[in-house]
Order: sequence, then structure tokens, then C-alpha cells
Amino acid sequence: MSERPTIPLPRPTALSRPHWQGCREERLRFQRCRDCHAAVFIPQPVCTACFGPHLDWVDSSGRGTVYSHTVVHRPQQPAFAVPYTVVIAELEEGWHMLSNLVDCDPAEVAIGMPIEVVFRPMSDEITLPYFRPARR
Amino acid sequence: MPRHPLHDVAIVGAYHTRQARVLEGVSELDLVLEAIRGALAAAHLAPGDVDGLNVRSSVWRLHAREAVPWFGGRPMWTGVTLGVEAVLEAALAIACGMCETVVIADAQAGAYTDRASTSPWTRPTNEFVACFGLYTAAEFALIARRHMHLYGTRPEALAEVAATIRNHGALHPDAVFHGRRVTPEDVLASRMVADPYHLLDCAINSEGGAGLVLTTAERARDLGVQPIFLLGGATERQGMAYVGPPVWDRCGWSGRRAAERAFAQCGLAPADVDVCEFYDPFSFELIRQLEAFGFCKEGEGGDFVMDGRIGIGGECPLVTNGGLLSFSHPGTAQLLQKVTSAVFQLQGAYPEALTVPGATVAMASNGGAGALFCDVLLVGWEQA
Repeated sequence: MSERPTIPLPRPTALSRPHWQGCREERLRFQRCRDCHAAVFIPQPVCTACFGPHLDWVDSSGRGTVYSHTVVHRPQQPAFAVPYTVVIAELEEGWHMLSNLVDCDPAEVAIGMPIEVVFRPMSDEITLPYFRPARR
Repeated sequence: MPRHPLHDVAIVGAYHTRQARVLEGVSELDLVLEAIRGALAAAHLAPGDVDGLNVRSSVWRLHAREAVPWFGGRPMWTGVTLGVEAVLEAALAIACGMCETVVIADAQAGAYTDRASTSPWTRPTNEFVACFGLYTAAEFALIARRHMHLYGTRPEALAEVAATIRNHGALHPDAVFHGRRVTPEDVLASRMVADPYHLLDCAINSEGGAGLVLTTAERARDLGVQPIFLLGGATERQGMAYVGPPVWDRCGWSGRRAAERAFAQCGLAPADVDVCEFYDPFSFELIRQLEAFGFCKEGEGGDFVMDGRIGIGGECPLVTNGGLLSFSHPGTAQLLQKVTSAVFQLQGAYPEALTVPGATVAMASNGGAGALFCDVLLVGWEQA
């Protein structure tokens, strides 16, 4: 019996491990600059606003809005069931991340729509942060 | 007019190899050699004249230094970059006196074999991108969608761009999609890939190669060919492509600063450009570049591309060989083909139906907002 192929899962690096460890604990973590307080994501060794070296990992509220979106009908590879909705999530703390919008009819997605993070375990190590329409 | 080191360099030969969706029985090395021979022949030069090299290929991973022995060990300079950047890199090596005559060639064949997935060079591997099903079309769709939201840009404008460029390719005998005319309605009726991009809004996949020869402006005059002089050029980068979200506020105007620098190097403005060989991975990317480079105002690109303005007879002829949408999209060689097309157009080497009458200045670009880089090159019939 052939198994459905699996989607490509992240392989955390020394730089990104705190983010993925946070996801396992259902905490959406990003970096905050101790000097200028800028929010930084994807993980960086220095602040992207002031080049400051002191970045702290902090928890996001997980709430935000859809910054942009696309409904994908031609999958990256067969492991992705189509259609699937890709979003750029704009988090309340002023940072952006790519994700998928789940539990939402693709026809309903719109820029500015309130969304919230929802975690889905994919393996022992990796839990992926997805977003769904805000319920609160 | 301002003086700039690029002004002492000219392109004296351009060539594109056979192009097809699949070139059966043809290897990348065959294509690279064909591109080198073709470009040198176009320049009226021989392998013994070459003292600088930037030749590469995608699957074979040919490195320029491997090719130095092919030229009897004479080349003393090798380049490592792609497309427009490779032209600038070689030109500056020539202008600085590190070498005099450079061959640039690039080719791809045999890269796309697993047709159940999107082509391998469009698939990201990054930990914050790949797991969410992103690939190039989706990355660029996120940029287009944001612009449509901010400025009311309509799908019909995207379809007009795709149809116009594809119809240029339909008239080019060497285009992969030669003879394949489409209407904007055909574009809108084609299956959705990643909205707002339909299939016909997206670049094709194909195999092929391209080559260029650059030398000093002084030597260029003695070769019995029409030199195409470098007028200006610059690069612009917002980060690594496909590792994070393409956020419009940070990368939406990618290429604006590069274009400003390139125009300032030669004292020209968008109104002076006769031919626009802009990067066309997806239809909206042309609208964005017209705005970013200053051919129209922010948010007005959707209206600008209508009413024949971007056709061969229009005021802003765009992608006159059919580009990545119709001519060919062979790996990274397609970056170089933006420059070869600009050269062919200014040398009057295109079929009459694709020739922009009296064109003396062309602008080529590589990259787009979805890829977080945008490089530009200005070339002309006369030295700056």
C-alpha cells in the first residue's frame, strides 16, 4: 500500500530552533530587539532595524490580519491537497509570516480579515503554525 | 552627459540557441558550446580573442573556471553572477582593465523531469516557506494581490500584459510558442494556478541557452558589427528570495533605486527608452516594473498597459521576443535572454513585425518583487 507523500517539513537551524520549539508548545515566537524594540522575523542574528545584537525571543498574541493571500490550485508538489490558501499574516506586534489559512472557504479570504494562529502537530519535532478566521 | 566606466564597454555579439519545451538528445554542454560559438561568430571574433569568461549551466553546474582550458588557458578573468548582473560584472572587469573580451553563456536542459510537481527551480526549500506550499507563482501572486487591493488593479490589465507579450512570441520564429496567439479573454479563461494568476499569466518551462560577447568600446568599433553600448546599470536586493514573506511595503518597489541609478549614469529618463525588455515571470510583474522604474505613476500601471501602449507600435514596447511567457524560460539563461533580446532589437535583427522602428535605447531587467531583487541595464546604439 502506498502512503500519501508528506509535505516538506522544516529542519530547524541553530537560529530558528527557538521558533519551532515554541510551536511545539503552541506558542508563536518571534524576536524583539532589546535596543529599538523592533519586531524581527524570520529569525536573524541582529536587529533588521538598528543592527543591534540583543534580540529576545518573545511570544506573539497569535492574532492578526490577512496582509495578502493567494488560493493555490496547482500544488507545489502532490503532497499538498488543492486548493489551499496561502496568506501573509500581519501579526498584532507588527511582523509578518507566511502560512496557510485553514478552516475557511477559499472564496471568503480577504485582505484585512482578522485571523488567529492554530497549531497542528506534523511530527515529533515539528508543529506547524497555521491561521484560521478569528473566533474571539 | 555624465561619464561612467560602463560607457567604455560594448556588447558586440548576442546569440540564442535552439529553444524548446524539451530538447531531446541535447545536453547542456552542447547548448553552452553552441551559445559560445554563436555569440563569438556574431561578434566576428574567435576563441583566441577571449580573455574573460562567465559560462555556466544549471544541471551540469558548469563553472566558468572549468571552461578556461577550452580557450587554451588564455582567459584570466572569470565571472560568477547571472544575467544582467553578469553583464555588469564583466563590463566592470573590462572597464577596470582586468580583461578585454568576455564571453558570457548560460544554458539549461534536463532539469524538469518530475512533472507532477512544479519545476524544481521554482520550489523553495526554506523552513518558513516550503511547508506552506509556496513556489514562485504563489510568491509573486501575493505581491500582485496586494497591489490589486491597494490600487484597484484589475485582472483584465494582467491579461492584457500576458496576451500582448505572448503575441510577440507568436511572431518570433524561434519562440517555443511560435504561432500561438492568445487574447486577453483566453488568459482569463485559462485554468487558475495561484490566484490572481491563471496558467497563461505564468512563465513557461523550456530548455535552451544564450550567449553574449562584451569588449571595449574602442575595440568594438573595429569588428564590423553594430556595437550596442552600455549606458547604465545597477542591482537592487531586498534579501534572499523565497525565505520569508514577500511583503509589499518592503519589496513592492524593488528596482526603483536601481533604475534611478542607471538613468543617472547616462542622463536619460524613462521617456528616452524605446524598447523595454523587462523581466516577465508573471503578468503583473510588468505592471509593477513600469511603476517602479518611473514609466508611470504608482498604482497607474494597470491603466498604462491598456490600449496598445505596450505593443510593438506603442509608446512602450514591452518584451518584444515573447519573453518567459512565450519565447523561452530555460533556467537562469532566461536572465541573459533579456539582454540578448535588447541587443537583437537595437541591431535590427528581429523580424519586421517585431522590430521597433528607429529604436536606439533599450532597457533590460531581471528579477521581481516576489524574488526580492531587481537588476536593470540600459543599452544604446550610440556610446554615452
